[in-house]
Amino acid sequence: MSGQGQEPQGSPQQATAAGEGPAAPGPRTWPLWEVFVRGKRGLSHVHVGSLHAPDAVMALRNARDVYTRRQEGVSIWVAKASDIAASSPDERDAFFDPAADKVYRHPTFYDVPEDVEYL
Amino acid sequence: MSSDTAATSAAAKPVAAQYLQGLADDALVYAQRLGEWISRGPQIEEDMALANVGLDLLGQARVLLTRVGELDGTGRSEDDLAYFRDEREYRNVHLVEQERGDFGFEMARLLWFSAYQCELYAALRSSADEILAGVAAKALKEVTYHQDHAAQWVVRLGDGTEESHRRMHDALVAVQPYVAELFEDDPASSAAAEAGVGVLPSSLGEAVSARVAAVVEEATLSLPEPSRWRSRGGRDGIHSRPLGYLLAEMQHIARSHPGATW
Repeated sequence: MSGQGQEPQGSPQQATAAGEGPAAPGPRTWPLWEVFVRGKRGLSHVHVGSLHAPDAVMALRNARDVYTRRQEGVSIWVAKASDIAASSPDERDAFFDPAADKVYRHPTFYDVPEDVEYL
Repeated sequence: MSSDTAATSAAAKPVAAQYLQGLADDALVYAQRLGEWISRGPQIEEDMALANVGLDLLGQARVLLTRVGELDGTGRSEDDLAYFRDEREYRNVHLVEQERGDFGFEMARLLWFSAYQCELYAALRSSADEILAGVAAKALKEVTYHQDHAAQWVVRLGDGTEESHRRMHDALVAVQPYVAELFEDDPASSAAAEAGVGVLPSSLGEAVSARVAAVVEEATLSLPEPSRWRSRGGRDGIHSRPLGYLLAEMQHIARSHPGATW
C-alpha cells in the first residue's frame, strides 16, 4: 500500500477488528524481475527493463501492463534478476579489451549477401 | 432491417439507447473508480495494471455513449453525456459506484464485474446493433484479461496468509449485496433483448457465477450466502451516496469551464 501501516480509507467493509496482525513481509520484499520483449516475429527478445512481482506468473502480467501497452511486443520473457549471472564492471578490461585487436574475428573479409536481413 | 447503417430499426432506437446507457455508465463509473488506484496500489506495477483496466473501460464507455447520443435522437456527444448528466440520470449498477475499499475489495469487485462483462460481451457480439456488436467483439478481449488479473489476485490472497485469506473472504462478503443487481431484468434490458439489441441480464447469472465460483474455490474460499439486503435501482437512476461525490469530482472541471478544450 502507499504507506507502511496506512490502509486505504473509506472501505465499505467494517473496520477490521484485529488492527495489529503479525508483521507480515511488506510488499516491498517482492523480488525484482528482468523483462525481455520480442518486438515481432523473427527478432530476438530484448531487455526492456525490470519490475517487481510476487511470482513469475504475476511478473508476466505486470510486464504486459508496464511494457507492452503500446503494442511493443508479441512475446514476453521474465527472469528473476537474482538468477541472472552478470559480468562485473571491474572485470571489464580483462573480459573485453583483449578482443579489441583481433580484427580477423570480424566478418569483414567477405561480402554479405544483400538479402540477409538480420545479421 | 432499416436502411440505417447500424441496423437498428427506428422503433428499437429509444430502447437501445436506454439499454446502452446502462452499459456505458457501468463502464464509465467503474473507470473513474479504478483511476483512484493510481498511486495507491500495492506496487507501481499494480497502479499501471488497474489504470489499464480503467482505460479499457473508459474506451468502451466512449463508444457506447457516442452511440447513445445517436440512437436517442438528441445528438449529444460523449462529453455531453458524461459530464452534463446528474446523478439521477446515470444508469449504472450500484456495484461500480461503491467507494474504493481495500485491495481485496477491489479484486472481489473486479472479479464479479469482469466475469459479468465477459458473458455480457460474448453474447452481445451478435447484437442487432452493429456498433454494439463491434464494441462487444473488441471489448471481450479486454475484459477477459481483466478477469484474469482479478482471478490471479483473488487466488493469491485467498490462498495466501491467514490475514490475506480473512480479508479476501471479508471482501467477497462486502461485494455480495451488489451482485444480484447485475442480473436483474429491468424494463430497458428486457425490451432491448426482445428487439435483438441486448441480452437479458438474468440469462447471464449462471455462467457468471460459475466463473467466479471456480476462482473462489481455487482461492480456498467459498462464496458467501446471498445477503439479506441487496442493492436495487441503479438502472432506474436510484443510486447510493458515493455516486454523487464521484460525479462531482469527475464533472467539475467540465462544468466550471464549459466548452473548454485541452
